[in-house]
Amino acid sequence: MSEKVWIAGGGVISGIGLDIPACIQSFRDMTPGMTAMQHLSSVHRNTFPVAEVKADNATLADIARMPENISRTALLSMIAAREAWQSSGLGDISQYRVGFVSGNTVGGMDKTEDFFAAYLSDPRGGRLQNLVHHECGSITELVADSLGVRHHISTISTACSSGANALMYGSRLIRNNIVDVVIAGGTDALTRFTLNGFNTLMILDQQLCRPFDDTRTGLNLGEGAGYVVLVSDSLAARLQPWCRLSGFANANDAFHQTASSPDGTGNYLAMKGALDMSGLQPQQIGYINLHGTGTQNNDVSEGIAINRLFAPHFPAMSSTKSFTGHTLGASGGIEAVFSALAVKEGIIYPNARFEHQMKELPFAPVTAFSTGHDLQHVMSNSFGFGGNCSSLVFSRAS
Amino acid sequence: MHIYINGTGCISPQETALGGPLLATPREYEQVRLATVDPDYKQWIDVKQIRRMSRVVKMGVGAASLSLEAAGITAPDAIITGTAYGCLDDTGVFLTKMVNQQEEMLTPTAFIQSTHNTVAGQIALLLGCNGYNNTFVHRGFSFENALLDAIMILKEGSAKNILAGGVDEITNHSFQLLSRFGLYKKTPVKTMELLNSPSRGTIAGEGAAFFTLGITKQPGAVAELSGVSTLYKPLWEGEVIGHIMKFLEDNNCTPADIDLIVTGRNGDIDQDEIYEEVAEALFPDHAEASFKHLCGEYPTAASFGVWMANAVIAQQEVPEAAVFFGAAPEKIKKVLVYNHHQGTHHSLVLLTAC
Repeated sequence: MSEKVWIAGGGVISGIGLDIPACIQSFRDMTPGMTAMQHLSSVHRNTFPVAEVKADNATLADIARMPENISRTALLSMIAAREAWQSSGLGDISQYRVGFVSGNTVGGMDKTEDFFAAYLSDPRGGRLQNLVHHECGSITELVADSLGVRHHISTISTACSSGANALMYGSRLIRNNIVDVVIAGGTDALTRFTLNGFNTLMILDQQLCRPFDDTRTGLNLGEGAGYVVLVSDSLAARLQPWCRLSGFANANDAFHQTASSPDGTGNYLAMKGALDMSGLQPQQIGYINLHGTGTQNNDVSEGIAINRLFAPHFPAMSSTKSFTGHTLGASGGIEAVFSALAVKEGIIYPNARFEHQMKELPFAPVTAFSTGHDLQHVMSNSFGFGGNCSSLVFSRAS
Repeated sequence: MHIYINGTGCISPQETALGGPLLATPREYEQVRLATVDPDYKQWIDVKQIRRMSRVVKMGVGAASLSLEAAGITAPDAIITGTAYGCLDDTGVFLTKMVNQQEEMLTPTAFIQSTHNTVAGQIALLLGCNGYNNTFVHRGFSFENALLDAIMILKEGSAKNILAGGVDEITNHSFQLLSRFGLYKKTPVKTMELLNSPSRGTIAGEGAAFFTLGITKQPGAVAELSGVSTLYKPLWEGEVIGHIMKFLEDNNCTPADIDLIVTGRNGDIDQDEIYEEVAEALFPDHAEASFKHLCGEYPTAASFGVWMANAVIAQQEVPEAAVFFGAAPEKIKKVLVYNHHQGTHHSLVLLTAC
């Protein structure tokens, strides 16, 4: 039960790159991924910048080696999951008991929303092919089937913390000896459904988002996928794992369906719980990959919770959403990979466009990319609708 | 470690929310779409809130509340739900308006409530529960994953009482669309004739069943949750049979120790074949109960099956409406629930009387 769980590899596709090296280069070059919409068709095309993956579905399908007509969410998932697997050095996937645990928020909605236009004008209209992968779980299965994973397959949907919660469940599957390896993370493609949904909440910024900046006025949506490969102690012994998933916790804010409590109760409990599981004191955390959406509400709640837990020893912090946009169900997975890589490579990521200190907080995010840090422990935060708050802690092998 | 089912709650097309003897007066239908028999939700939810809540949220909150009441628990340490479809009604509302209004003049309520973890979030909100909260949305494994997560967390020791359940709703859109995929019977079949109907297709159902699981036995507990297992896309019947054997072995028992099997037969001749194969290979003389003629088919219907299995153990009797084959022994100790969803998602849940 107390067996350690290790990160043996990772993969990311996002608005700043089709794989990890490309993403890291974008951080290094300070080039965020937000632009006007190129691939998503929406009447809001020229209103809201988004961080799209810079490839059309045909190109993604080529890379993924999957059919072009399936959901973009599955294509993104496949590309990142395969990169993760390959980076682990585990080789032939059929040699292991493998689980695939993937988070997403709206499944194959990108196809469903096309289908619905035809269907609403005629109940017998619309091609069922566009509806067949509507369910969140169906996206996971398309990828699991392509990867050849059968032992344990699961999908988690807790809004913007889905990807992080996938790592928790995956870790438990290993500790309970149900599988030896789990590819865990999340995926989400941009859809009109989510774009319009976030627009009704009036939390989309028409400019580039400014997480943890006093002038912030909302988030930019993004898309992508990110997965880590979790392995058991015995498998890790014959690999060169990146780091350990040493702690994690999920807590509920129990305050409001979409808004965070002003004092960040859930955020605090998640971070505290993750620290407790890893057996660490707050001052041992070297870097926090913030949830940091750039909304008024999130950043102040998250910041106040961090202040309560970490003051006066604030670690370096940044929101990589200032580059990738908010990738919703994928964000917990993408940021888990960035965080694990931070431990492995000593990277501290920049928070783009930070200029004005938030008056509620005594700390500021890091604004420049740097490497060579001795990061022993890194925390990643993901908070979602339904008060769903998750924190993960990654620790160097010791 | 023992994990006890300290309380259950179920809202379904049967009168399961009222208490009393199990299926004493079964509702008989002759239709291809069953809807839940709704209890008075005002007993758990503020009237103003009820109006804003979709059916799936209400039935989830209702079944969760029943389960906690039965267990005498007011604040579980964790809330875990399984829902394959999530909040279909609100998804349909937002999608329809978005299409019809060309993405203009939309309001947030339906979008907010369309999120798959709305039920789990609402329960946490109503209970003021700051604990672990998760939602599994993996088709025919959604409920089973929720149970497994609960078992793992209880074993870990980070929680003592966990509320776990499965919930799915059917809406006009989803019924119409799933019908186009050919899932349902072309003509209505009577409830008690469904499982012997000689045609393809089943009937659509919905419902919510929740379980308050704990490591300490409460007065209301009649069974332990001994094990849960899933099998994805078995290549042939033999793999299913082998998986069941292995599952029983892992739980230190053999088919002879099982007193009753509860199967997910849904009246589709193609889909029910595997239940025949399994019964013939492993449980040829066992009593068999079924439940999908009572609650309809939906991806988390196994939660109704497990709820029924627990109630059977409580009463030590299989109600006539649920009998599919044979007669259960006088003492019903071990009940195996075997369900599959669309032939691709097979699951096993083992309950043991305590």
